[in-house]
Amino acid sequence: MAGDLDSMATEMEKSRSHFFSPLFHLDMASSCSGSHPNAEGDGGGLHVLAVDDSVVDRRFLEKMLKQSEYKVTTAENGLRALEYLGLLGGAEEGNNCNDSDLKINLIITDYCMPGMTGYELMKKIKEISHLKEIPVVIMSSENIPTRIEKCLEDGAKEFMLKPIRQADVKRLKCHVQSLKHPNHGMLSWKISVDSKSET
Amino acid sequence: MDVGKLQRQWVDLTSALFREGFLDGQFTQLQQLQDENNPDFVVEVVTLFFDDSERLLNDLCNALNHQLVDFKKVDAFVHQLKGSSASIGAHRLTNVCIPFRGCCEQRNLEGCLRCFQQVKQEYSLLKNKLQGLFGLERQIVAGGGSLPMM
Repeated sequence: MAGDLDSMATEMEKSRSHFFSPLFHLDMASSCSGSHPNAEGDGGGLHVLAVDDSVVDRRFLEKMLKQSEYKVTTAENGLRALEYLGLLGGAEEGNNCNDSDLKINLIITDYCMPGMTGYELMKKIKEISHLKEIPVVIMSSENIPTRIEKCLEDGAKEFMLKPIRQADVKRLKCHVQSLKHPNHGMLSWKISVDSKSET
Repeated sequence: MDVGKLQRQWVDLTSALFREGFLDGQFTQLQQLQDENNPDFVVEVVTLFFDDSERLLNDLCNALNHQLVDFKKVDAFVHQLKGSSASIGAHRLTNVCIPFRGCCEQRNLEGCLRCFQQVKQEYSLLKNKLQGLFGLERQIVAGGGSLPMM
């Protein structure tokens, strides 16, 4: 019984995984319910760069992303991530690399990292003309509303609370699609404080 | 070798681990990621976790033994440990990290040392139990059986 209560408490805590911005109340679930007809998994071969200083989290994230059929490249800190992104080519080619293996469709990064936080990494990416359009998602194990708000205001597509679950990874597809279909851009999500379970 | 008996032991041990709070739903997430392509995924990630945690416990020991304890550094190590514990669903271990961070914030050395003992204890308990579980799994697979779906 105690185990059930504990997992319920965890579920309730996990449901607070989105930060609320008052302007839009878009229901993520219904917007993303139509699946892409050609993709086998959610990822459809899209390439994600996952940045996290924790070796455990990197492995976990990598597997979850691959399970959703994303191609995955991991980096252990902001510097490595920027080095990798620097391989995408110069200013003229931008992120329209002919080598589809290198092109990055989404960046998911931990917030707390040595040297450069995920927020700082995002800001640096946004300064580079051929990289600034890549959607960035920030994760953190700490639920600090001011931190979350700042990340979202300054360009993060979503802020996810760790530990990350498969359901969180499934949601990422929407951010990548929003690049191809700008009208479907998601701007904010409602905090669900009730114990509605994730699918 | 009675594979059926081993499988029942595995179910009992796993249930106990969840019931006693050693593991939580996040561990189930890990188990769900294991498949034919990655048949040893859980063991692989937990092993990474063991190595990482032992490194952190070592770092904590050194940091707490300094003449002048750097509480920010200690807190950073605890934060990392808490994070990776939570990621694999190590519920009790994650929870003992919380007061530890509190003691760091208060620069309470005595409190930190107490919490450090608790963390080491929880880690040892968890490691023993998980290694026991993995041992059972190896025997089941060796006996031609498969792991029950929980």
